[in-house]
Amino acid sequence: MRALVTAVYLFLYTPIALVVLFSFNAGRNASDFTGFSTQWYGKALANTFLMEALQNSLTIAFTSAGLAAIFGTMAAIGMERLGARARAVFDGLFAAAIVVPGVVIGIATLVALVEVFGFVNPLIAAVWPGEQAPKLSLGYGSIIAAHGLFTMALVTMIVKARIASLGRDIVEASSDLYATPFTTFRQIVLPQILPSILAGFLLAFTFSFDDFIIAFFVAGSNTTLPIYVFASIRRGVTPEINAIATMVLVASLGLILIARFLMREKTTN
Amino acid sequence: MPFTPATNRRLVTAALVSPASIWLFVFLVLPFIAIIVFAFGERAPEGGYQAAFTFAQFANLGSRAAAFKNTLILAPIGAFACLLVAYPVAYYLAVKASAKYRLLLVSLVVVPFWTSLLVRTYAWMYILGARGIPHLLEMVGIENVRLLNTPGAVLLGIVYGYLPLMIMPIYVSLEKLDRRLLEASADLGARPLSTFFGITLPLSLPGVMTGIALVTILLLGEYLIPQLLGGGKVFFIGNALVDLFLQSRNWPFGSAIAVTLVVVVVIVVLIAMRIAWRVAGTRQVDLV
Repeated sequence: MRALVTAVYLFLYTPIALVVLFSFNAGRNASDFTGFSTQWYGKALANTFLMEALQNSLTIAFTSAGLAAIFGTMAAIGMERLGARARAVFDGLFAAAIVVPGVVIGIATLVALVEVFGFVNPLIAAVWPGEQAPKLSLGYGSIIAAHGLFTMALVTMIVKARIASLGRDIVEASSDLYATPFTTFRQIVLPQILPSILAGFLLAFTFSFDDFIIAFFVAGSNTTLPIYVFASIRRGVTPEINAIATMVLVASLGLILIARFLMREKTTN
Repeated sequence: MPFTPATNRRLVTAALVSPASIWLFVFLVLPFIAIIVFAFGERAPEGGYQAAFTFAQFANLGSRAAAFKNTLILAPIGAFACLLVAYPVAYYLAVKASAKYRLLLVSLVVVPFWTSLLVRTYAWMYILGARGIPHLLEMVGIENVRLLNTPGAVLLGIVYGYLPLMIMPIYVSLEKLDRRLLEASADLGARPLSTFFGITLPLSLPGVMTGIALVTILLLGEYLIPQLLGGGKVFFIGNALVDLFLQSRNWPFGSAIAVTLVVVVVIVVLIAMRIAWRVAGTRQVDLV
């Protein structure tokens, strides 16, 4: 049994180890290790297309996770105050946002946005006073919006779970002592749900940062890191891609460790 | 926070839920209405969509039968293969592992799931590719083995990619198992195997069901694994969708397939919920 479990762990980690190992390969070849070198990290960091994609991914992930953290938390608090029916509708929609395959979310967003742009752009052009009317198009905005959908669902679920386990008595005590609802929120509720909001933010960030398929549909001419990596893989894996991949792995690992640490707070509190 | 006068309270509640409601409406409900409308339309001559009301797109679903067949066969088989590998690991973690290392071992299972599936999948491209395992086999005299771009490679990628998602729910349900039941069974003279089949396995079924359902549902929309490890030969519905929308620009047909895929997902979710109720009542699984 022990041998079997060891084998599974080897199975899980060998591919990751190979990616990391070959990112330090001196040669170009992705299969023969010819010596240790960090040159591919240098090449990756000097690659402007790659750095632009990385910057896009960071901006998108940060914005959509930020929106998700704020609006998702608001929704989680608001849902507590809704009637049973409205709450069920919300629960259903959030569940749908998570269960519906990313490929379908990407397509549906693409189709809807193209329709909306086709309708709105002539209108803007008609009323625009200057020569060059601004045109809405796919890009940052559409990726952030599409990512925002499921990251918001994620944050709402995490924060809602935390709120459900919150002690009511302390909230009531606060209001008995004539604290305004806002003061109660700021001094009693917020500090207790803050770790789960942060955890939700970090998970949302990781999801958005790692997402390939949704961005693939709604990115327009913008490139994110996963789209760049995917395109490069099709041209043939190079140690440069391994170097990027290793950096991505280390980054998402770091974020996950922090998120898990924050979520553990809820059991110790 | 429920401490404001009634009207005020309603306004605050509305203000709290409205951004998320707008988001859900504009980026979930509206897009869904759009693809349903598109699915009844026609492909414009230059690609894209042209208004119409026809069932032709749905009637044409058969032309992508291979993608549906691959998905509907490989998703459940993949989930089942995951289960076969995951169960012993979950059992070991929950029952056999020493308390000292349990948390570490569990974390080590989850970590790969939270790292890029794209990166983890492409690693298999060169393990299975011509210069990987086939190259090693050649050195010992076994020639012309092709591993990449086969259904087997896709299945391997599926098991690899989704294993953590299968291990966790089973681990959770096994961890809750009352050890005294196992001791009682042994005291009453049951052999380990009959204790396992009589007690452990049935009590872990909720976790098994959750795992199977999660993995199957996610696999139905899978794109990356068949694309990278199936090399365009083992097409899933997800791959057909990318092809239809981004290459051949047949949006109405793509929409019809997307609508069908969602219907399949909903059916699977409903079946899973029905089975979950029957097995033990629903159980929330902490995937994070």
